Amino acid sequence: MTNGWNDIKNADVITIMGGNAAEAHPCGFKWVTEAKAHNKAKLIVVDPRFTRSAAVSDLYCPIRQGSDIAWLGGLINYILEKDKTQKEYVALYTNAAFIVKAGYSFKDGLFTGYDEQRRDYNRAEWDYVLDEQGMAKVDPTLTDPRCVYQLMKQHYARYTVDMVSRITGSPKDKMVQAWEMIASTGTPDRSHTSMYALGWTQHAKGSQNIRAMAMVQLLLGNIGIPGGGMNALRGHSNIQGLTDLGLMSNLIPGYLTLANDREPDYATYMRTRQFKPIRPNQTSFWQNYSKFFVSFQKSMFGAAATKYNDWAYDYLPKLDVTYDVLRAFELMHQGKINGYFCQGFNPLLSFPNKKKLTEALTKLKWLVVMDPLKTETAAFWENHGEHNDVDPTKIQTEVFMLPTSCFAEEDGSLTNSSRWIQWHWKAAEPPGEAKTDIDIMASLYRRMKAMYAKDGGAFPNPILSLTWPYIDPEKPLAEELAKEINGKVLEDVPDAADPTRIVLRAGQQMPAFALLRDDGKTAAGCWIYTGVFTDAGNMMARRDTTDPANRGVFPNWAFSWPANRRVLYNRASADKDGKPWSHRKRLVEWNGRSWGGFDVPDFGVAVNPTAGTMPFIMNPEGVARLFTRGMMRDGPFPEHYEPFESPVVNPLAPKIVGNPVARVFKGDMEVFGKASDFPLAATTYRLVEHFHFWSKHVPVNAVLQPELFVEISEELAKEKNISRGDWVRVRSNRGAIKAKAVVTKRIKPLMCDGKPVHIVGIPLHWGFTGATKKGFGANTLTPYVGDANIETPEYKAFLVDIERISPPVA
Amino acid sequence: MTLSRRGFFRLTGTGLAGSSLAALGFGAGEAVAASVRPFKLARATETRNTCPYCSVSCGVILYTQGDRAKNAKSEIIHVEGDPDHPVNRGTLCPKGASLLDFIKSPTRVKYPMHRTAGSREWKRVSWEFALDRISKLMKEDRDKNFVAKNSDGVTVNRWPTVGFLAASATSNETAFMTYKVVRSSGMVVFDNQARV
Repeated sequence: MTNGWNDIKNADVITIMGGNAAEAHPCGFKWVTEAKAHNKAKLIVVDPRFTRSAAVSDLYCPIRQGSDIAWLGGLINYILEKDKTQKEYVALYTNAAFIVKAGYSFKDGLFTGYDEQRRDYNRAEWDYVLDEQGMAKVDPTLTDPRCVYQLMKQHYARYTVDMVSRITGSPKDKMVQAWEMIASTGTPDRSHTSMYALGWTQHAKGSQNIRAMAMVQLLLGNIGIPGGGMNALRGHSNIQGLTDLGLMSNLIPGYLTLANDREPDYATYMRTRQFKPIRPNQTSFWQNYSKFFVSFQKSMFGAAATKYNDWAYDYLPKLDVTYDVLRAFELMHQGKINGYFCQGFNPLLSFPNKKKLTEALTKLKWLVVMDPLKTETAAFWENHGEHNDVDPTKIQTEVFMLPTSCFAEEDGSLTNSSRWIQWHWKAAEPPGEAKTDIDIMASLYRRMKAMYAKDGGAFPNPILSLTWPYIDPEKPLAEELAKEINGKVLEDVPDAADPTRIVLRAGQQMPAFALLRDDGKTAAGCWIYTGVFTDAGNMMARRDTTDPANRGVFPNWAFSWPANRRVLYNRASADKDGKPWSHRKRLVEWNGRSWGGFDVPDFGVAVNPTAGTMPFIMNPEGVARLFTRGMMRDGPFPEHYEPFESPVVNPLAPKIVGNPVARVFKGDMEVFGKASDFPLAATTYRLVEHFHFWSKHVPVNAVLQPELFVEISEELAKEKNISRGDWVRVRSNRGAIKAKAVVTKRIKPLMCDGKPVHIVGIPLHWGFTGATKKGFGANTLTPYVGDANIETPEYKAFLVDIERISPPVA
Repeated sequence: MTLSRRGFFRLTGTGLAGSSLAALGFGAGEAVAASVRPFKLARATETRNTCPYCSVSCGVILYTQGDRAKNAKSEIIHVEGDPDHPVNRGTLCPKGASLLDFIKSPTRVKYPMHRTAGSREWKRVSWEFALDRISKLMKEDRDKNFVAKNSDGVTVNRWPTVGFLAASATSNETAFMTYKVVRSSGMVVFDNQARV
């Protein structure tokens, strides 16, 4: 989230699209209720199903799953045509005025530079025109036909009301009414917030779904202000934290990136990470990259990381390709992965195409599952009849199931979607012989280290020199790790102006990331978390509920990264002179000498507005991007493409199937289904009573929702001769599931391109372990393809067929 | 006499339970109140925690029996929303409200379990066995398949044949410990649930 849960109460218009907060995030949804009750806010819900969020909305607009960019493209076109933008914000704080290279163009659904063979673009022309000093050229009048504003206008002119309704199936009147409500916040005194979740991410163009709404928010001046923002509701309790800490194939903590094979040394690595400003007087905060990287290396390898060995640059692996989860299971399926660890994660139900996953796990030599619960992945080799039809004697994988503690049995911190890092305390011992994950990882490491110290082996250096500053090396404490993440001073740092004065003393906890250094005198495990555990103590454990002026900021509750800031880009809540756009939406402002206000300013506190430094300090432009240059693989503007399995042809580009640059492995393309064989549009979702495949182990929740069902409209039920409670078989080109049918008014067929499209809803909570009845995983059906930029699987839009079957014999 | 809430429950629970209430002149209503079982949360220890399910991260209070004295084993007997928490203000959803049943789920794994190739069953093993065996399997594979240089002779130091899927509900501290151990080994097949 750019903003936070409490801040939703400050919104005037709220759009829930690509999520269902009332059921999936119920206690966060209360801030929507609060906004409606006390801020007269209007709630818009756009969803293929009439969800419980929709049930309390002011306006519900149905949409065919997988057509969000068309809907949002129409909204962008509406805002531009009706001239509803917040003009000063757009002209100053976005790249609307930037001039784009002459080589950039868009035709027949494709941007310049497409290579069909490689399914990739050459993105060199998707960039600004730079002058001799390396500064981007701009036209502040926004009239140059090559400026971003004009190119954007041209791009979205095709998204007319008729065209968008034809693609999405959304009724024209509902759609335009929603657009009008959202566009009403293009004024300085009103704000609109976007709440989304997996309904937007789980598509082959998921990143661009989010980009499209981010553009809307920028055009309306809704980023950086109270009640505005792009708010990812996120899934698990610490998915934010694990990503912040870099537990992804290509990351180093704090959104630094691993080197690749084309970066043989540190100097080459840093060459593409200079982040020099491309407009005068801009902050371009990533210029400090080397300070964060060197401090990380010092945290990992201590004295072994020196300027003479490029800060142990070779101690970290380099990437030839990105090893995302889809590639991992593809490699496993090819027999190229020998061992695999699953820590609190159940891939057999989480990833697409269960048949392929089972085959992949079968090819492993060994599998280690660390989990509080007995997961399907741990039991993938057990025969559970039709729900897991395997022959254990034919599976040669050695499997370990290691019991771990749960949240109630350990100390530590979790980062919620508001970026609040909150400490929690242990209440009891784990059951039986279960251990914490920290202890298990420490024990494995200690054994590896001892073996490498004794016997040697492949490149032992990083293992032997990993820092291990724990009082009990077998049982590191959560506090010790939290201090390490925060970072500390390794050597005294004198004041540059007055060397007799020591600014940072060796041994001191780092007070702030702005003081980190690239000379080896500071260490920090994750620079954006610096400040969580300082010499003043554990900031994550703070429980002060004070909230000045009732803004929903809570500055002294826990710690919010970065720098305890609650709303990102909050400098944009004030105009160019540092004055709040409106009294209602004030957050931080310039008082003549410094920046201050309700929140920690996302800006240099002493930077005078007359300097012309813009609010988006992380970008070399200083402004936000409506046009993303070559940073997104599938285009600098979001463009509507159909899902890989779609019931209709894309009228905007009839020849293109799916996202033209999404990676598809051999064998997976072949099992995409066609609309002629599988005419129904399916989607997956969660229920309020269950959390993924976890709460089915909880007796209360198992009683509340005991068995798998699928949801269909009354119209489809009639067509297929299915009654409520009948058993049905749902088939895709990859597998079939059996379930009871729920016939509902919550789903209606949508008219797309002149024909009715029927929708099938499939909740995803079932498997073959736990307290519920056994049921089929929804991933039996789903296609093995991910988002073109970050490889999130396309779960939300695929094709199936349905038929009534006789009930199973009891 | 002023009584704290806890003191009141103690009084009603132990002071009056054994006496003949009618003889002491208690009315019917008071007799019912006095015969009610002592409110067990009054003697429980409160621990602040966070719901582990979704990313709203509601504050919860865990109530345990046992005063944390040496040899007293704490047992969680109740979970409820933390009214001080700025986001959930004491509320919990149907998942959070049944957290006690997750903590005590019958399908919690209690001991390290091992399944050998082709076997039909799990066998309970000791931690020593499991950790020794896993670390040996790791070293064996790493020594065999570690790629120090790629085909162009560039030092790449990666271990591509063993993968690690991290969680999404573990703590930041677990995450950092995991990062250190996994990355220092050179593992590149490394992800969490963020992509799903």
